[in-house]
Formats: sequence, structure tokens, C-alpha cells
Amino acid sequence: MKKRICSFLLALLVACSSAAPAFASAGSNSSRALAGTTIHVYNWGEYISKGTDGSMDVNAEFTRRTGIQVDYTTFDTNESLYSKLAGGGAQYDVIVPSDYMINKLIKQNMLEKLDYQNIPNYQYIDKQYRNLSYDPKGTYSVPYTWGTVGILYNKKYVKKEETTSWDILWDKKYAGKILMFDNPRDAFGIAQKKLGISYNTTDSNEWEAAAALLKQQKPLVQSYVMDQIFDKMDSGEAWVAPYYAGDGESLSRENPNIGFTIPTKQGTNFFVDALCVPKGCQNKAAAEAYINFLCSPEVSAANMQTIGYSTPETAARKLLPKEMAQSMICYPPQSILDKAEVFTNLPDKTLTLIDELWTEVKMGGSGDTLTLIFVLCAFLAVYVGIVIYKKQKRKKEME
Amino acid sequence: MKAVSKVYMVLIFLFLYAPIFVLILFSFNNSNAMSRSVFSGFSLRWYRQLFGDRMILEALRNTLIIAVVAAAVATVLGTLGAIGINSLKGKWARRMAMDVTNLPMVNPEIVTGVSMMLLFVIAMRAVGAGLGFGSLIIAHITFCLPYVILSVRPKLLQMDPHLYEAAQDLGCTPVQAFFKVVLPQIAPGIVSGAMMAFTLSIDDFVISYFTSGTTQTLPIYIYSMTRKRISPEINALSTVLFAVILVLLIVVNVSQSGSAARAARRQAKAEEAEEL
Repeated sequence: MKKRICSFLLALLVACSSAAPAFASAGSNSSRALAGTTIHVYNWGEYISKGTDGSMDVNAEFTRRTGIQVDYTTFDTNESLYSKLAGGGAQYDVIVPSDYMINKLIKQNMLEKLDYQNIPNYQYIDKQYRNLSYDPKGTYSVPYTWGTVGILYNKKYVKKEETTSWDILWDKKYAGKILMFDNPRDAFGIAQKKLGISYNTTDSNEWEAAAALLKQQKPLVQSYVMDQIFDKMDSGEAWVAPYYAGDGESLSRENPNIGFTIPTKQGTNFFVDALCVPKGCQNKAAAEAYINFLCSPEVSAANMQTIGYSTPETAARKLLPKEMAQSMICYPPQSILDKAEVFTNLPDKTLTLIDELWTEVKMGGSGDTLTLIFVLCAFLAVYVGIVIYKKQKRKKEME
Repeated sequence: MKAVSKVYMVLIFLFLYAPIFVLILFSFNNSNAMSRSVFSGFSLRWYRQLFGDRMILEALRNTLIIAVVAAAVATVLGTLGAIGINSLKGKWARRMAMDVTNLPMVNPEIVTGVSMMLLFVIAMRAVGAGLGFGSLIIAHITFCLPYVILSVRPKLLQMDPHLYEAAQDLGCTPVQAFFKVVLPQIAPGIVSGAMMAFTLSIDDFVISYFTSGTTQTLPIYIYSMTRKRISPEINALSTVLFAVILVLLIVVNVSQSGSAARAARRQAKAEEAEEL
């Protein structure tokens, strides 16, 4: 919550990022030409293979092959990535935002156009993941992972048939055993699909309707969480929870009591996290070399094995272990993908409304801030009054 | 009644320490899944992974360097500041100084963080540098300072103000008088201030998040794991940190009680000598 306020504050503080002209990349083909330089990479936490348990240490391998040092740091939400970029003061060379955030960054002119000459491995990216609605001409981004949203359930208490629809998250039978996403876009998305409206509607009435549905659900929800979903589902503390397919797949593989279904009835969210280069990048050629490296099938496969999400490359998919490559969860049939919808960026007015509605949902009822401030002020006034009164009294006593 | 208070004590300690014990227990959990709820046998695998994980170790290194530097600088500055505030002439001047010192402590971290970031961005742009280690250390020194002053000042107030003059009367130079007389008197305050600064700096997330540029500290790294799940390596790391701090505390306590015992013996000897 704190950080959401920050993001909002920072969005208000229009701090234009340094307008240093990016050096035109020479497009040199010799891979060692950039040796000794450093790139700053900003990725999701736990979103790359780091060499534990005999996997590939992707960043070290990249440095070994090109001589380019990787300064690698991590973020937790698209919004915190945005606030970091918008605030200035942090110059990254490669970032990995999700679809709607890429769209927002493009509209605000915060991304560099990529030179696909330097990214020959782009050829491995399958056609269906190119030029999606967030980057229609495919000029700014290269897909890194993709996935869908589905429902985790405990097989002991919940039947698989029930999980084919989002309605289960409103089922009174499971009151107190339901978890929900702790971020507005995903949580509202589920309500919107249940209502049969688009994720990207700009109609405020439709958002209000989704919020009403979430408020109705609130008494049944055990808590709004992200990473704790794993523990709560694992221990049987909760029985039903929506989450991202890659994580759902790995959890259901680890724990035989847990199943994962992508609801087919109303459709689901299809998301892509893609590699981009932010404006003002000082070392674009090296950034593109890094993006190119992440796109090579062997590296993509190594990453997917660690992360558990889906690769946008058929060539990489072939290198995965069988149970991953043929997973119906990570690579669902086309019929499910046809019904899935991608988030796009929304106008500021709608985003503000979503923030307000989300606060209302989580606070339960309307969080009337003004009243709260008034009450606090009243308390303060009373306190100051008492202090002054005591002082006066003491003065009188002294006299 | 006695029994009730005993039970109450046990409960309080249980609430305080149960989470830490659970964390330590699960750092030895041998499950392939990163489960933090089902214990399945003892193993050291997370410790092995931790010491092979460059990212966590780098974040830890950054955190420790920043904490040590920030705590050291804040302690020196804070001690000087406390002495300065203490020797201000006039009640109002002292009060004003203390109020200004206490402001950052009640200021919401978010406000401190954002305002520092804006200041740094402007300043760094003038210099042509980016945010990073430098800005992080400056920010940490800034928010640690008030805490050091707050823990040193009471010791100064407790001290007899004439001690310093008496030392000079007995032939000390001002510098000697400070180091030989004043400093030992306020040392406990300085030590607790330094410790406070150190732990605050290790813990801080909000201010670091805004002023870090492309540098990553441990809290930021841990927070960033929340889309996937927090790896048990973090349990292992917390256990190591907890053990180190525990050992340090024991060492400090033992040495202190040792020096206290020595002082008591010395005093006893001196009294004996007087009697003779």
C-alpha cells in the first residue's frame, strides 16, 4: 500500500528522466567489442536462472561470453518499476515490464526503439507472441516469458469441475478458505471475467460493478496475498486461490494435493513479460546483446526451468524436460488462448478510479479519509487545549 | 499471583521468539519444494545454496558495507552533535536544536525517502553522477543521526558538568579532558547509539528503495521476491545473521560484566588500602 502511494506521488512529480542522447549503436558484430562495459538490468525477483542446483548462471555465462559485466537488480511490481524509472536517478539498460506497463512506457516515450539487427535470436520468438496489442509494431520489446491466470485448489476439499469457472471464488461453501490477488489489476480482472466484461474497459460503471462484486466477495476471503499463496495452499490453510500458471504448475508438481485449472468458461488473462530498453540508455549495443543472449533457445530453456513460466520460443520448449514441455498448464490448448485477453494500459482517469475502488474494497466499505482526518484534528485540538489549560493552572498556582 | 506472572512472562517470550525459532527450524528443512509449512527432514541444502547465490551475497555485502559506514559516521557526527547541543547557551536554543533533531524521527519514511530522492536527483544531475552507493550512505547517515543523538544526550545530562573543568584544573588539556573523562562517561550511550544506527540501517527498506539508484540492499532484494515466493535461502541467511548478533551480544555482555567485576575488585582494593 505504502509503495502504491509512492508510485502515485511519483507519477504526479513529473520528473523527466535525463535526456542524454543515446549513442547510436554501431551494430558491431564482434561480440567482444563491448567487453569491460557494464549494463544495469532490472528484472522481477526470482525471475532468472542463477546457477543454484546445477542450473545455468545466466548472468555469469553472459559475462563469460561477451566480457560485459551485468549489474542485476530486482523489483516486485510493475508499478514500482515505473516509479523507479519516472523518478529519475536510476538509469537502467534492460528492464522487464509486463504488457500493460510496456504500453504505458511507450505512450510516455520512456522506451528506446530496439535495433533488431543486434538481436538475431528474435527469429526464435514464435509469431503468436510478436506484435501484440501492447506493442503493435513490435518496435520496443522482445517477449521473455508469458502465461495465463488460473485457479489453485486443494484436491481434498475441492472438485476439479468446480474450478472451471471463476464463480468458485464467490462460493459460500469455501468461506474463509479463499485467497485473492493483492494487486488491483489481477483482482478486478477476475471479477470482470465473471461479469463478462473486458479487462480494458474505460466505462466507470463497469469498474464500479466489478468493485461491487469484489466487496461482496470480501467476507469470504481469508486474505489478499501474493507470495504467501504458496505457503497457505501448501499447508492446507486455504483451499482455493487464483495465481499465475507458471507458479501454479510448479506448486501442483511439488504437492500432490494441489491442482491447478485454467477456467475455460469465462476466459482468462494472458500476460507477457518482455525485455525493453529504457530511454537514456548509455550502452544500447550491450543491452541488445544481453536481450539477444536471453533469447537464445538454450538460455530461454534454462530460465524457464528455474522460473516455471512459459517460453515464447518453440525451439526452447523442445529443450525443456518432458513434463514441462508438454504441460497443459504452461502451454494450454489454443482454444483457451483464443478466449484469453491481454491487459493494456488505461487512461489516467480510469487508473485513479481503480486505485480508489481498490482501496474501498480492501478497507471494506468506503474509507472516508476526510472524517478520519477530522477526528484526528479534533483529538489534537483537545490535547493542545488540555496542555494549555494545565500550564495556565500551574501559572496561577505559582502566583 | 506469582504463578500468573510467571506464565505471563513465558507467554511474552514465546510470542517474541516463536517466529524466530520457526524461521531457524525451516532453514534446515529438506524439502525440494520451497515449502515453509511442511517440515520434511534435516538438511543443510539451503545454506549450501545461500553461499553459492551471488545475488543474495552481493545484496548482503552492500547492506553490511552501508550499515557499517553509516553507523560509524552517524555515531561520530551524532556524538559531536549531542555535545554541541548540550553546551548551547540558553534553554530555548537547546530546545530548538532538539526539536529539529527529533523531527526526522516522527517524519513518515515515505516523505523522507521521496524528498531525499528528489534532492539527490537534482544534486547528482548537477555533478553528472547517478544515484547509488554514495546517495544510499548519505541517506542512511541522515536517518540514523537523530537516534544516536537521542541515546548520547541523556548520558551527557547525567554527567556532572563540573567534571570536565575539574579535569582541566588537574592539568588536562581540553582534548585530554574530553578523551579521558567525558568520553568514558558517555561511552555506553555511544555504543547503544551505534548499535541502533547499525540495525536501523540494515532494516531500512523505504528510504533505501528511493535513494538506491541501481544498487540493491538485502531488504529490497527480499521484497522483490514477492511475485514468486521468498526462497528458504533467506531463512538460512536470517539464521546466520541472528546467530552472529547473538554471539556479539554475549561477547559484549561477558566483557562488560568482566570489566564491571574488575572495577568492583579495584574499588575494594582501594578501600582496603585506605583502611591501612
